[in-house]
Amino acid sequence: MQPIHLAWVDYTVLLAYVAFVVGIGWMLARYMKSSADFLTSARSIPTWVTGLAFISANLGALELVGMAASGAKYGIATAHFYWVGAIPAMIFLAVFMMPFYYGSKARSVPEYLQMRFNKPVMGLNAVGFAIMTVFASGISMNALAKLLNQLLGWNYHFALFVCSGVVLIYVLKGGLTSAIYTEVLQFFMIVLGFAPVVYLALKDVGGWSAMTDKLHAVAQNPMALDLNSKAFAPDAWTSAWKPLLGGYDANPMGVNVFAIVFGLGFVLSFGYWCTNFLVVQRAMAAKNMTAARNTPIVAAIPKMLFPALVILPGMLAVALTAMPDKNYRIPPPIIAPEAYTQAVDAVKSANPADSAATVKAVAVALGEKVNADKITALVASNAANKLTDEQVKQGVYNSVAAYDYDSVIFSLVKRYCPAGLLGLALTALLASFMSGMAGNVTAFNTVWTYNLYQAFFVPDKSDEHYFWMGKFITVVGIGLSIACAYFARQYNNAMDIIQLVFGFVNAPVFATFLFGMFWKRTTSIAAFCGLFGGIAGSTVFHALTIATGNVPGVKGAYLWSILGHEVPKSCIFPSEMAQNFWLATFAFAVCFVLTLVISIATRRTKTDEQLKGLVYSLTPKIVDHDVPVWQRPAVVGTVLLIACVILNIIFW
Amino acid sequence: MGLDIRWPIGLMFSLIGVLLTGYGAVNRASSLTRIDGQEININLIWGVVLLVFGALMLLGAMRGNKTPPSA
Repeated sequence: MQPIHLAWVDYTVLLAYVAFVVGIGWMLARYMKSSADFLTSARSIPTWVTGLAFISANLGALELVGMAASGAKYGIATAHFYWVGAIPAMIFLAVFMMPFYYGSKARSVPEYLQMRFNKPVMGLNAVGFAIMTVFASGISMNALAKLLNQLLGWNYHFALFVCSGVVLIYVLKGGLTSAIYTEVLQFFMIVLGFAPVVYLALKDVGGWSAMTDKLHAVAQNPMALDLNSKAFAPDAWTSAWKPLLGGYDANPMGVNVFAIVFGLGFVLSFGYWCTNFLVVQRAMAAKNMTAARNTPIVAAIPKMLFPALVILPGMLAVALTAMPDKNYRIPPPIIAPEAYTQAVDAVKSANPADSAATVKAVAVALGEKVNADKITALVASNAANKLTDEQVKQGVYNSVAAYDYDSVIFSLVKRYCPAGLLGLALTALLASFMSGMAGNVTAFNTVWTYNLYQAFFVPDKSDEHYFWMGKFITVVGIGLSIACAYFARQYNNAMDIIQLVFGFVNAPVFATFLFGMFWKRTTSIAAFCGLFGGIAGSTVFHALTIATGNVPGVKGAYLWSILGHEVPKSCIFPSEMAQNFWLATFAFAVCFVLTLVISIATRRTKTDEQLKGLVYSLTPKIVDHDVPVWQRPAVVGTVLLIACVILNIIFW
Repeated sequence: MGLDIRWPIGLMFSLIGVLLTGYGAVNRASSLTRIDGQEININLIWGVVLLVFGALMLLGAMRGNKTPPSA
């Protein structure tokens, strides 16, 4: 793609946004008087604000970009990440878990583990989490800087430092409150910035039914678009559940119902939504217990509808690609201009009688697979009409048989947005990066200051000291994120490695919380061994298994190559997603069994009295009599679950 | 804390709304998106949407009840 030229009006929108987020930080600075103000917002924020911040902290740009990519690759089944993989867990958090997080007065999720168990369990969770947040914001900033470089021709380092700098200013000024307030602003920015793009793309395709008609045709022959190597039933892209019922081979995701329901819907989703401090921190900042419990509920409403904003564009892009008269394709991977020049020469000097040689020459020049039929047609058309270099180049571009799915969303922005709206869409993109980074940084500084620095290194200092440390570590955290961004840029595999670590740390942790909160018999030593065993278990699982088509190494199964063995058939999964879901399930099971067995075998060290407010059976139930019906988490949660089931049925 | 977030949100979107509407009205030629031969002045349309949204936020902030809607 050519860099996009921005007009003054686009820059004005961008600057207005930056001015407002920095301004919010400035306005809040005068309220920052203690470490609690800075790191936990002193529990002062209304529900609708924490609710939208909850969802915005999760809606990083990688999600925005990645979900559109998955929408193109897998169709509507991607919505399972929302309807199965988010809503039930969010409602569970609201109704069952928030009372303990908020009621225990813990300042963070790891701190709850310290109160319920002991310091080592908390330390294990806090260290894993701190590393994860830094890497997460690093990866995301690297992606942003790369993108601004490709899209707008901005200098990579400039983009990286300016964006991090803006986040640094408003977080340093206004702490968590500032991050939460700007996240609300960013939420509206993202929704209002991308909605018109989706609307225009839908109009262009000719509406919903025109899109599904196209996708039915694509599903039966995805080879024609080089979208997939095998044919599926017509509804593979347009039904959420039916293709999964046919098993691994019947859907482009390569997963089955069990992997989705248990791996994604239970282990991964509850592990993320119910224990990840990044999101839970937003609910903990709420002004009272009802507000805290309603935070994930408020967040669930937009979350349920987001597929229309983030997944639909991917599906529309596939439909557009399948309509030749629209002159659109999902962009190919980035190829150097010199390679295109070589390929154009190969086409122009081609012998029409020997098209196989031309196809090969073009593929070699580009370093990508090309569609042989399209090249043959291009050569013939060039021989007949003497095309210009630009036309030949366009033909070569269209023939590349590989897609850079992550650029789907930008190709649509570029196609539909005139100056003005373009600025708005790009600002929305920037906002999503910043909300992700600020979310990570504010979670990181709290966990570091309270759960690592205060708990393990410097326990008995004045609050002023921790307030200062909170600010200092914010700067360090952003510095580390920038370092991670460069790391991710340096090594192509960095992303894979980091995502692996996330999987290892995240997958088992929900079992620990489940036992801790709902079984008073769970002992501290069991929790520690279970968590540790779960992490170790997922590492071993990964070392032994791999997805079809991947080479042993970072993607898994390296233990076999070390042992000099072929990877046995039983260790090969049909897709990476299936491998991930099974890894999570395995890690969870290891943690679950270890915690259970060791708890039974060891003696309790905490009395019922000590566990009051921390364990379900020992805590008085919250009675919502004085709360209006429409504000009761259990009532609204049930309504939302029903709505979610209805959505699943509509798109069955 | 002492800041009602609806103020900055309302102000920012009203501002951007005015900007897009104005730009769409003045620079018609460069504000058009063409779909199947149909021309849509999306800046004008979306500018008005943003303006309405911003105004609603400001209205909410101005009415200034201390208990904003919880859902």
